[in-house]
Formats: sequence, structure tokens, C-alpha cells
Amino acid sequence: MEFIWAIVIGALYAAGLYMIMRRSIVKIILGLALLGYAANLLIFIVSNLTRGNPPLVPPGATAPIAPYADPLPQALILTAIVIGFGVQAFTIVLFRRAYRSFGADDIDELRTTER
Amino acid sequence: MDILIVLPVLIPFATSIVMLLCWSRRDIHRFLNVVGAVLLLIASLVLLNSVAHNGVHATQLGNWPAPFGISFVADLFSAIMVVIAGLTAVVGAVYSLGSMDQARERFGYYPLLHTMFMGICGAFLTGDIFNLYVWFEVLLISSFVLMALGGERAQLEGSIKYVTLNLLSSALFLSAVGILYGAVGTLNMADLAQQLSLLDQPGIVLTLAMLFLVAFGIKAAIFPLFAWLPASYHTPPIAVSAIFAGLLTKVGVYSLIRVFSLLFVQNITLTHGLILILAGLTMVTGVLGAVAQNEFRRVLAFHSISQIGYMIMGLGLFTQLALAGAIFYIMHHTVVKMNLFLVSGIVHRLRGSYELKDLGDVYKTHPWLAILFLISAFSLAGFPPLFGFWAKLMLVQAGLQAEHYVIAATALLVGLLTAFSMAKIWAEAFWKKAPTPAQPNTRNLGFMVAPVVGLTLITIAVGLVTQPFYDLMVDAANQLADPSAYIAAVQSASLALR
Repeated sequence: MEFIWAIVIGALYAAGLYMIMRRSIVKIILGLALLGYAANLLIFIVSNLTRGNPPLVPPGATAPIAPYADPLPQALILTAIVIGFGVQAFTIVLFRRAYRSFGADDIDELRTTER
Repeated sequence: MDILIVLPVLIPFATSIVMLLCWSRRDIHRFLNVVGAVLLLIASLVLLNSVAHNGVHATQLGNWPAPFGISFVADLFSAIMVVIAGLTAVVGAVYSLGSMDQARERFGYYPLLHTMFMGICGAFLTGDIFNLYVWFEVLLISSFVLMALGGERAQLEGSIKYVTLNLLSSALFLSAVGILYGAVGTLNMADLAQQLSLLDQPGIVLTLAMLFLVAFGIKAAIFPLFAWLPASYHTPPIAVSAIFAGLLTKVGVYSLIRVFSLLFVQNITLTHGLILILAGLTMVTGVLGAVAQNEFRRVLAFHSISQIGYMIMGLGLFTQLALAGAIFYIMHHTVVKMNLFLVSGIVHRLRGSYELKDLGDVYKTHPWLAILFLISAFSLAGFPPLFGFWAKLMLVQAGLQAEHYVIAATALLVGLLTAFSMAKIWAEAFWKKAPTPAQPNTRNLGFMVAPVVGLTLITIAVGLVTQPFYDLMVDAANQLADPSAYIAAVQSASLALR
């Protein structure tokens, strides 16, 4: 199972990087989103997924009953998803504003700041 | 909980919240902006004083013991960085009063500034690598909006490049954190430092080190990852440019130094050797780029890249003197580069342009401003007895002691080219006869001049009274070179909770 996921995650990274290298601004947004998904899935898979008991300490004990599922990767991913959502919303608004201002969807035309 | 460590995060947070509550009151924003920045500087100085006298501070947020809870750690390096942030906040806050236009002030410039400082201070103080990612995002999203606020065409273009490359870096950072957790099973930096030295998988550790190098390298703008910086740093209003150039890239440098002194010290010849090569290339490409520019702010922006090279050089040499020099250089560069950007803003007010070909005559009409520029420019190039001379001296001496003669020679040569590019600005903007007469706009100019005078005085004062600063930097470098005090502080903060 992890083997398949590894290929899926690799494909997501590749697709994301490919999209970022396109000239169209819209595709850059999509590429950034794909990279975010790839990173989230990577955290999920790489941190040794286990099927097990909930990570709760039963009354009277000092540690949860092994084998228990590690809750931390999910906490990390949730945080990353929320951050990614906010950042993507901002990116879309910024790029839309830029499109209205330049009337161009081509990153190669945005060169006035580099002359 | 140790309130001292948390205050540099809480003060900007509270400042921006209060500002958001009275959104439409521009006068209150302007007032709170200065109050919040001064409080931040005071809190950071108190923290530095306490760390210098009582050793490394650590606290566990929410009273959860490490490695489960999030640690906040202030060693000397962190505390010095927070003081730099506080100083930048005060300077930026006062300068903004004079230079920011009303439209930007109405659309939340000041609250954004303070949320950015919250993110920066959080990044300097956290002892948890995922929490570092979160603080990075806090400061990034604020900086995105600060860069785009106003919506001028150049700003939007710059923002697109800035946002895209920084988000790419964040994605790499996040992936690296995920793999790190998978390999080691902890995210607390003190715990990671111990676990990584026990981990017998050099391949994974090296992969992780390179991922972090690229992720932080983009944010610090090292060679060859700096493309976003000269495309964007000169586009926002000058107060924003100054704060970004002075402080924001330093967060990347801070993270590089932290990660490569605490976590990835297993294979120093390879990793730090690579960093040293990158440092040399960063210095040279940055300064050559600066020499080729014809716009005041772009010269300065390109220049920041070359100066980042010096800081990374200290990390690459990885001796105690070199690390001390790197920290000293970070301090120096923040003060001086900010000052030069602020001077360019005043020149723009007086002459109405940033293009070097349209400028001139400033020495004739405003000799005091020319002197202020010259002091910072000389310090940047490393003329004795100014601040920059000592910082450069420490780095070059460390290079010679470690017998890395090529990098030491590069550092000296780049200093010469720095002097050349500063001379270009001097000749074009201050010395030559102006092509057109200008209508100076002197409204609120006092708010803009006062921070420049203050920073210039710091440049001279640190140059003349270097010994106490030198001792502080050496102590900070010793803590970096031997992280046992850092680890012990986190452990004892956790033990107190059990």
C-alpha cells in the first residue's frame, strides 16, 4: 500500500512543479495547491501509519494501550490544510487583481520590475 | 510559564488586535503603532539581559512537557535576534508615520506590520520545528499583504514572484518536517538534536539537511535561489522595503544557522563545506548584480543578497569566531541596510525619483543627508572604525584561522566591490549636478529623519565601543557550538512540570 502511495505522492510533486513552471498564472496557483496536497499526503504516509487503539490513556493507566494510532501527523496535516487554505485564498485574490490590472495571464509579460 | 519569553510574541499580537478593534481610527493606529513597537523593544531588551545573566530560558506552552508540548526557547542568539526585531519595529514604526500614505494606513497597514513582527518573534523563539513552520506562515501571509498593499502595478508583479517562490519554499519546508517526523518521531528541536545524533541513517539525514537548506535558502535569498528578491523588494513603499531587507531575510538566515548548528552537524565537511561554497557565490553574484543596477532601491536590494553571503559564510566556517562574526554581521546588516533604504526614501522625497539618472545635487542642498548616507555606506563596505569593519574583520579572521583562504579573499574583494557600488550611488545621487530642478516635499520629514539619525548613531557607537558586543556575540556563538545548554534548558523546563 505504501508503495502505491509513494508513487501517487511523487506524481503529485511532479505535477505541481510542472504547473509552477508553466507561463500561465492560473496554472501556477494550481501547481502551488498540488504541492501543498503532496506535502500533506507525504506527512501522512511517511510517519508509519498504524491501525490501532485510539491514543487515549485509559483511567488508572499512565500510557495508552499499544498498539495505538499516532495522532500527531493528523494534527500536523490539519494545521497545514488550514494554513494552505488561507494562503491559497490570498493567492487567488492577488492573481485575479493582477490579471485585472495587466490584462495578461502570461508570467513572461511581468517583467517591468526586473529592468 | 516564563512570561518573559512569550512577551515578544504577545505584545505585537495585542497591538494588532486592539488596532483591528478600532479599524477606522487612523489616529489610534498611528499612536498604538509606536507604543507597541517601543514596548516590543523594551521587552526584547529585558529578555536579552535576563538570558545574558541567567543562561538559556525555556518554557513549555500550555504546561505540556517536552517533547509533547511546544517549547519556547531563548538562548543568546534568539534573544539577540528578538532585540534586532524590536529595533526594526521601532525604526519602521516611526518612519512609517512620516512616509506612509493615508490610503494604505486606512487599509490596515499598521495592524499588518505588527502581525508580521509577531510571526518574526515567534520564529526566533520557538523550540519546535513544526511550530517554526507555523510562525513562518504567520509572517509570510502578513508580508504578502504588506508587499501588495496599495495595488500598484509594480507591487503586484513583485508580489506574484515573491508569493510563488516563498510558497514553494514553504511546501519544501513542510515536506522536510514530515520526513523528519517519520524518521525520528519527534519535532521538538532539543529532542531532535539528541535523537538525530543516535540515528544511524546518514542518507536520510543528509536528504533532510539538503531539503532544509533549499527551503530556508529560498527565504534567506542565497545563491542560486534569490531570484525573487531583486524582483520584489524595491516595489512596496520604502518603509516596507526597509523592514523586509533589514529583517525578513534574516529569519531565513536565523533558521539556517539554528538548524545547521543544532540538528545537522553529523557530516560537517559535506554540509558546511557546501554552505561555504554557496556563501562565496552568493557574495559575488549579489555584489555584481548591485553594480549593474541603475535604480537606488534596486542597488540596495541586490546588495542585500551579497551581504547574506557573509552571514552564511560564518555558518559554513562553523568555528566559534565565525559564528560570532555571523551573528554580528546579521546585527550590522539590519542596522545599516535598513538605514540605506530609509535614506533612499528621504532622497525620493527631496528629488521625486529613485532613478539614479534623475537624481543629483543632494550633497549641495542637504549635506547632512549625504553625511548620513556616507557613514552607512562606509560601514557596509567595512571601513574602520565603523560597525561593519568589526563584523567583517571577525569573519575574515575566522576564515584565515580555518585556513579557508579563498573565501577570506572573496570576502575582502566583495568588500571592495561594495565600496564601488556605494560610490556609484554617491556620485550619481549626491554629487553630480541634477538634470532637473526638484520640488522637495518636506511634509512630516522629521519622522523620517529621526530614525536615520538614530541608526547612524548606533553604527558609530557600536564601531567605537565594540568590546561588550564582541563578548556577547562570542557567548552566543559558544551556545550555538555546544547546544548542551539549549537541550538542558528545555529538559529542566519539562521536568518542572512533571
